[in-house]
This record gives sequence, structure tokens and C-alpha cells, in this order.
Amino acid sequence: MYHAWLVPLLPALSFAVISLLTKQWKWLSATISIGAMVSGFIIAAFIAVGVLQHPGLINHPLVYSLRWLSMPGFKVDAGILLDPLSAMMLFMVTLVASLIQIYSLGYMRGEKGFSVFFAYMSLFGASMLLLVAASNLLELFVAWEGVGVCSYMLIGFYNHKISAREAAKKAFVTTRIGDTGLLLGLLSLQLIFGTLNIADLAQKIPQFQNIPLLITVAVLFFLGPVGKSGQFPLHVWLPDAMEGPTPVSALIHAATMVVAGVYLVGRMLFMFASVPPVMELVAWVGGFTAIFAASIAITQREIKRILAYSTISQIGYMMLGLGVGSLSAGFFHLWTHAFFKALMFLGAGSVLIGLHHKADVWEMGGLIKKMPITAVTFVVGGLAISGIPPFAGFWSKGDILDATLASGHTVLFVIGSFTAFLTAFYIWRMIFLCFFGKENPENHPQESPLVMTIPLMILALFSTVAGLIGTPWWDVWGRYIHFGTYVPPVANWPLMIGDTLLGALGIYAAYLFYCKDREKTKALAARQWFGGRLYDVLYHKYYLDELYMWFNHSMVDGVARLMYLFDIYVVDGIVNGVGAFTVAAGEGLRVFQTGRLQNYALVFFLGVLAVGVLLAFTGPHATLFLGGVR
Amino acid sequence: MNGFPILSVILFAPVAGALLLVFIPPAEHKLIKAVAATATFVSLALTVYAYAVYDQAVGGLQFVERVPWIKDLGVTYFLGVDGISLPMLLLIAIIGFTAIFASWNVNMRPREFFILFLTLVTGVMGTFVSMDLFIFLLFYEVVVIPIYIMVVIWGSTKRVTKEYAGMKLTIYLLVGSAFLLVAVIAVFIQALLITGKPDFSIYGLARVAFPLGFQRWTFAFMLFGFGSLLSMWPFHSWSPDGYAGAPTAVSMVHAGVLKKIGGYGLIRIALLILPGGAAYWAPTIAVLGVAGAAYAAFGALAQKDLKYIVGYSSVSHMGYVLLGIASLNVIGINGAVANMFAHGIMAALFFSTIGFVYEKTHTRWVPDLGGLFQQMPRVGVAFVLAGLASLGLPGLISFVPEFTIFLGSFGRYGGLSVVAIATIIITALFVLRAVANTLYGPRREEYDHLTDIRGPEMVPLAVLGTVLVVGGLVPSLLFNMINSGVTPLVASVTHTLRIGGVL
Repeated sequence: MYHAWLVPLLPALSFAVISLLTKQWKWLSATISIGAMVSGFIIAAFIAVGVLQHPGLINHPLVYSLRWLSMPGFKVDAGILLDPLSAMMLFMVTLVASLIQIYSLGYMRGEKGFSVFFAYMSLFGASMLLLVAASNLLELFVAWEGVGVCSYMLIGFYNHKISAREAAKKAFVTTRIGDTGLLLGLLSLQLIFGTLNIADLAQKIPQFQNIPLLITVAVLFFLGPVGKSGQFPLHVWLPDAMEGPTPVSALIHAATMVVAGVYLVGRMLFMFASVPPVMELVAWVGGFTAIFAASIAITQREIKRILAYSTISQIGYMMLGLGVGSLSAGFFHLWTHAFFKALMFLGAGSVLIGLHHKADVWEMGGLIKKMPITAVTFVVGGLAISGIPPFAGFWSKGDILDATLASGHTVLFVIGSFTAFLTAFYIWRMIFLCFFGKENPENHPQESPLVMTIPLMILALFSTVAGLIGTPWWDVWGRYIHFGTYVPPVANWPLMIGDTLLGALGIYAAYLFYCKDREKTKALAARQWFGGRLYDVLYHKYYLDELYMWFNHSMVDGVARLMYLFDIYVVDGIVNGVGAFTVAAGEGLRVFQTGRLQNYALVFFLGVLAVGVLLAFTGPHATLFLGGVR
Repeated sequence: MNGFPILSVILFAPVAGALLLVFIPPAEHKLIKAVAATATFVSLALTVYAYAVYDQAVGGLQFVERVPWIKDLGVTYFLGVDGISLPMLLLIAIIGFTAIFASWNVNMRPREFFILFLTLVTGVMGTFVSMDLFIFLLFYEVVVIPIYIMVVIWGSTKRVTKEYAGMKLTIYLLVGSAFLLVAVIAVFIQALLITGKPDFSIYGLARVAFPLGFQRWTFAFMLFGFGSLLSMWPFHSWSPDGYAGAPTAVSMVHAGVLKKIGGYGLIRIALLILPGGAAYWAPTIAVLGVAGAAYAAFGALAQKDLKYIVGYSSVSHMGYVLLGIASLNVIGINGAVANMFAHGIMAALFFSTIGFVYEKTHTRWVPDLGGLFQQMPRVGVAFVLAGLASLGLPGLISFVPEFTIFLGSFGRYGGLSVVAIATIIITALFVLRAVANTLYGPRREEYDHLTDIRGPEMVPLAVLGTVLVVGGLVPSLLFNMINSGVTPLVASVTHTLRIGGVL
């Protein structure tokens, strides 16, 4: 366990080596990158075993650190914090990242920036792993922005495309807005508690009495996770982020980076739990985002966009779980979601390769015949996210709904349950449209190579079994990852059966609309099904993008232009005015330069007179000034 | 190296190079550039050595050289460095060296160009190592002349003519220095009246207890002098025009180091000698700093010329420095000094990169550019690196300084600090827009013939880029040094203030 620092370091070295040395040799670069990540995974697996053997780490995490910065009143010790939570994240991130990098060997084959892609993937891995293992919030923030910048680079990977360029910029600026709040939160914590070490804060914050102040700090702090994890109203960047290569969408914008916000809230749950109003806020933001994004996902046509809104919605679930106080449930969903969502994104990537980047689900159909592995694994992912037992999503989503109900949030419970129905509906709409029904004669799909399908199969396996470690009958998960005292779960049969029915109902509804009567629905959609307006509003994502765009272009740019005009006309006007005045004064004073000796003599005489008067009235000090330097 | 006048050698190596250049035939372009590079490299190597062996545990002035010069006025050729001036000296040494390579393609009268440039470098170095106000002002005036000539001869005319830009820059510097001169003479005479002994040394003057009323008005003069040099709002308008008009090397030195003399002077001279005045004016400094930071960030957003974007951005960054100084505590001033260093490196990289873009494409007008990443990936890397540092990305050199400035000032000026922090969103917006519209986007065929930077042109990227990354990952390299200088300074200031009953 003392080698945990190697896990982030290896990919960091890989980044340095690739970008400085081996960029010319594509396969060598890829090998280095994958080698670093797989080694990281092996270490992380040993760490996980170690953590399981030391239950004491649950309440007393292992911390080791180095002095990073020190000045009077401000010290930063950067290091590694190991407890079940961070060990789980290390394991999950290295596993998913390894699989996705291997998949990328096939997906990115023949791309121009092959080495650069792997360099960025390594840098991303390093930042993400540092983020989850950080023992200090400032260190965490460095990693937090590091994953952000990798995301920026990778969204803009095809930066010759204008859409990719704009999406990258949008992602960075939008998350930056949230990060500004987080930064303010960090500053406040440092000022109030004099430390940013997570372990120290965990001791000090629960004792802190000034609740209104802590509420302000926690709300500011929460803005960071809202931006990073694509929660309403800062979610707008995530769907556009799909401009990046698909493995990036899978790794960064589904499985790992976007859940960093959830991780941070979970890591700092001791702070949020001290201020119940903020917990309510977290829960409501999560619940609202879940249903909001799900409603948009129903109408989208691009396969990756549907998955992106699905991700936003699922992260909403995780926030809901944390907000109602269940660290265990929120993170369980994070864990299972990483597998099934990565699976579905990689599956979508496989479809896109097979169809030469045709992304509209309405133009697909019957792909299961030509792409059986992709289709079957995708269906596994679909079952998992829809909450059909025994697939992974059933257990984790059930835990969240259970915790929501148990904490007395009935409205949020209803929202969550309805979202579960919507989720099954929109995911299976996509599955039926893509893989089932009649084949589109324009398409000539073929199954992807093994280097891509093997990761799919492994992820499908995890999507099936990853939930089994947290069942009411065998709850390894909850015993290790929980907040406060551990309460063994009880099987809530009505809820479990209800969940399953909701999911099944969603799938059945999707079957009716998109498999059985596909052509009829298509005609309906073309005629703006669902009563015109509503469909439009959903399809255009509630027009939020347009609103933000308007704000940015007319307000922000307007102020900028105003300031600039002020600068060149008022500020410079004054400066130039002073200049012109000086010139004019010079012209005026020229009058006195008469060139007549008599005039000069007169002025000289008056000057001497003045000095004489001054000397006479001011005494010895003046002598010192005027000729008396000695 | 006991007894070896290391600071004098650092200081006069560029001048020696300039003298050597006088004897080289003007047509020997390669040789001229090699001599200039060698001269600045000597300074750089010795500065790095001094930085490495400076004893932080002992602190205070080290490598001191003291030769009495004008006894009657108490003027001494008094050189020395401490934790505040060493980073500044390192900054000019690094930028002076890399600027030579950024000017590798100057082929119009290169001999005159480099003679002037080396003189400029010595002038700037002198202001950081001299501990005597008289010598300080002397070096300060040395700086002005080469800058004016270089802008007017080697500069470029865009929104405003290079003559206008050069004149504006010079007059601002001179007016600032006139106010400074008045303040320095007043301080000298007042000290003479109090102690009866003529003394121009900064530390000597710092021991004098000046009357509070006197401190206030002299500090105001210094604030105007140093502030306009630091492009303090609203005395900043020389800066974007000046940088746009100036040749690359001058922009690098000017934005990178020269304007930092303002911040350095505020801390080392104004604050140390006139703590009462500083305490009185600190809220004003904070307001002007934050106003400048926000205002110039919006100003940058409205620009279409790359040099204007960076010009306004540097005004904005200096706003943070002022906020740090105004906090009057160790953390804030540490941040201010570190931010001056960080911004210097980043601005130098930015201007050198823009210089290459301009040299190759003959335009800096953003709408005419685009997709350059495809033809010039290394220029792209340099540009992105400088841009990310400029928006304060953690892991690069400017994040920790900004964080400490906010930390130092947050307790004292809560609301103002929040405005300053919110400004980083606008900064991100204009930096990313510049990156997107210059480097990203569809390939433009008219730039297909361009060659990427290579050979000597790579030096600025390699050196400055390394400093950006290393300084970001290991901030203690910079902060331990700065802290060893700032802590005693702030202690002395607070001590004086407490005695004077101001705090």
C-alpha cells in the first residue's frame, strides 16, 4: 500500500516520455502508455486487497505526504490518502482506463495524432489518479484542473473541425465557472481552518459552530462538482464534449472524469453532512438533473448524445444518493455506472466505426446481424442501466432509491423512480433503433476487430457482476464504503420488485414505439410527435444553450466592447489630452523666450531676490538645501 | 567564491558584450547574435549559481558589494540581493537570454539592435541589484533610452503608429520617473533633516521614522511613479499600445521584467521606507488593482490583435500583483512577488511565440489566422502553454502565486478578492478564444508553406516552457526563496507600524 504513489506517477512518466521522446514511433508510444496503465492497475489491485484486509482504514485512512509549499500561515502537504473509497477509485479508474486504451489501439488505428492521443490519455490518467488519491485539497485541485485540461485537449482532438474547437472551449469555460466557486471554497476553508489537508479538515469541520458561514462555503464548494460533473445548470458542455474521439467519451466523459465531482462531494461529505440545507441542495440538484437530462435524452438522434444525456442523468442519481446522506449508495452507482456506461460508449464507438461515423440512430437498424458481439454487449449495458436484476445497475440504483425513501424525501423518490422508467425507455429506444428491426440497405456494417471487442466483453462481464458485491445478502460494499456508522441493509422486496417493473415497463414501451411500430413512430416523429411544442423544447434541450450563447455574445462581449471603447476614447483621450496640453503649453511658453538679454536679467534678478527672502525667513535648514551642501 | 564580485559580473556582462559588438563588422550577423547570446548566457549562468548558493537560512542581503561613490550625498555603489530581488534578477537573466533567440531573425541592422538590447538588459538588472536609491534611479533612466530607439526603429505600426507607441511608452516612463525623483529627493532630505547624515541606501532610509503626513504624500508620488510603470489602472494605456508597437525582444523584456520594476519598487522601496504611507494607501491600491484586473480582462476580450490581447492581459495580471501588495501580509506579498516572476516567464513566452507567428504569417490579426496547429505544431504548443499559464492553470507556474494572493487578500478585502477571482473566468474566455481562433479550426492553404520553429528559435519555448512547468510542479523552488526575503520585510514593516500606532 505504500506504493500507491506509483499509480499516478507511472502514467505521468509515460506522458513525458511519449511527448518528448517517442512521438515518432506510434506503436512504441501506445505500448508505453498502456504498459503504464496496466502496471498501475496491478498495483491498484494489490492496494484493493490490502485495504480489504485492513478494515481499520475505513475510519483512519493511511496518509503519507511531502511538504509541497510552506510559508508562515500557509502550508501544503501533498501526498496520498488511502482508504476504501480512494482504493476503489484507483482500482476502477485503472481498470477502465486500461481497457479503453487497449480498445483505442483499434479505434484510433490510422489516425494522424495516434501518439499524441496516447500521450493525452496518459496525462489524463495521471491527473485522475492523483485526484482520487490526493490527501490535500489544493493537490486535489491541481489534479482537478489537470483532468479538465486533458478533457479540453481531447475534446478538441479533431481541432480542425469548428464544432470540436467550439466544444472544447465551451467545456473549459463552463467548468471554469464552477471551479471559481470551488476555488473560493478552498480559500475559505484555508482561512477558517488553516489547513487543506483532508484528514485534518475531517477532524475540524464537524466541530465548527458558525453554521451560516459553513453553508456559504459548502455552497461555493459545491459549484465545482456541479460544473465538473455536468449537473444542472452547468451541464451544457457535456453533450458537446462528444466531439472528441469515442474512447475519450467513454473514459473521460462517462466513466471517470465527470464523476470527479461526485467523488469530491463524497470525499468532503463530512463537510456537507454538517450543513443539512446544503445536503438538501445537493439532493435536489441531483434529482432534478436526473429527470431533466433523461427527458432530453428521449428525443435526441445522435447515438453519443443520447448516451451523454444519460450520463448527466445518472450522475444526477449519484448526487441524489449523496445528498440524502448515503455515501455507500452514491458511490455504488458510480462504480457500476463506470462499467456499463463505458461499455455502452465503446459499443457506440464500435457502431460508429462499423457505419463509418454515421451517428443518427434513425438511420441504423438490424445491426445485431452483422455486429453480434457489439450488439449483445450493448444489450447487457442496456439491461444494467435499466435496473433489471441481476445486472449491476439494479443494485446500485435500488440502493439510491431506497436511501432516498428511507430519508423521507418522498418527492425525490417519485422523481427518481420516474427517471428510472425514462432511463429504460430512452436507452432501449436507442437499442431497438440501432440493433433491431430492419436493416438499412445503405449501411454495410462489419464487426470490429478483437482488440475492440474483448474490452467490450470484459466490461459486459463487470456490468453483470459488479453489483453482486453490494446485495442485501452479501454487502461487502457497504461494510467498507459508508459514512458514519454502518447499518446492514435489509431486503426491501416491494421496492426491488417495483424497480424491476418500472425498468421492464420502460423497455416494453420502447419496444412498442421503436421496434414493433417503428415506421409509424418515425412518421410521428417527423410530424413532431408528442404534440409539437413539447418535442421541440426537449429536442432543443430547453433552449438553454441558446440562452447562454445569447448571454455570452451580447452581455459579456458587450461589456468587453464597452470597456475597450472607454479605454481608447476616455482613458487614452485624457492621456492624449494631457499630451496635447503640454504641446500647447510649450507653444505658449515660447512667448517668454524672447531672446532679449534684458528680460532674462530681470527674471534672474527676481530669482535672486526670492532666494534671499527665503533664506532670511527660514533659517539654517534652508541653507542646507540651497547652497549649503558644503 | 568569496570576494568574487558576482553581481557586478552578472550586471556588466551584457554591457561587455555590447562593447565587443562595437568592434564586429555589421555584416557578421551570425557572430553578432552569438556574442549577444554568450553575454547574456554568462549572466544567466552566474545568476542561477547565485540563486542556488544563496543561503536562505541566513537570509538578508548576500553577495554584497559596497564602494563609496559620492561621499557628500551618501551615494554608494551598493549591490546586494535577497529573496525578493534574486527571483527578479533570475527573471531578467532568463528573459534576456531567451529574447536573443526570439530575435534570431532580426536582419535589419542587427548590430545596433543587440547593442541597444544588451544595454537595456543591464539597465533592468541594475535596478534589481542596487540597494542605493541613487544608483537605482540611474539604472532606471538607462532603461528608457534604448527602449525608445528600439520601438521607433524596429517596431511595427498597427492600430497606432510605432512613433506614437514609442513616444507614449517613453513619456509615461519619464513622467513616472519624475514623480519618483521628487519622492526620492524628498525622502533623502527629510532623512537628512532627521538624522543629519546623508544616506541614499534603502536599508538606511528604512530605519528612519518619517512623520506620518510626510509618508502619505511621498508614498502617493511613489505610487504614481511605480504604479504607472506597473500599468496600474488607470495609468495603463501605454502598455497595450507600447507592446504592440515594440519589436518582440522589447515586448518580452518590457512586459516580462521592466514593468515589474514597478511592483518591485513598491515593495522594496515604497513599502519598506514608508510603511505608514503604505498602510494609508493600501485600500486604494487594492481597489485600483482589482479594477485594473477586471477592466483589462474585458478589454482583452474585445481585442483582435494578438499583441493587444496579451498586452491587456498583462495589465490584468498586474492588477493581481497590486492586490497582493495591498494585502500587506507575508502570504499576499509572497504571492505578489511570485506572480511577477510567473507572469514574466509566461508573458515572455507569449510575446516570443506571437513574434514568430507574426514573422511567418506577417499578421497578428486574429480573424486572418486559424488552423496554425497543422502547419506549426511547436508554435502551437508554446502558444497553448503560455495561454494555459496565463489563465492560471494549476500545475503551471502562475496558479500558486494567484492562490496565495487571493489567500493573502481575502481576509482583508473580501469582496474585492471575489471580483478578482471571478475575473479568471473572463481570462479563460479570452485566452481560449485566442487559442481557438489562431491555432484551431480548418487548415488555411495560404499558410501551407510556413515552416515550424526550429534550431535557435526553439530556445524560448524550451527554456521558458521548462520554467513554467517546473515552477508549477515544485512551487517551493520559488516560494522558499521569496519567503526568505518577504518575511523579514513584512516583519520590519509591521514593527514600524505598531510603533507608529497605525495598526
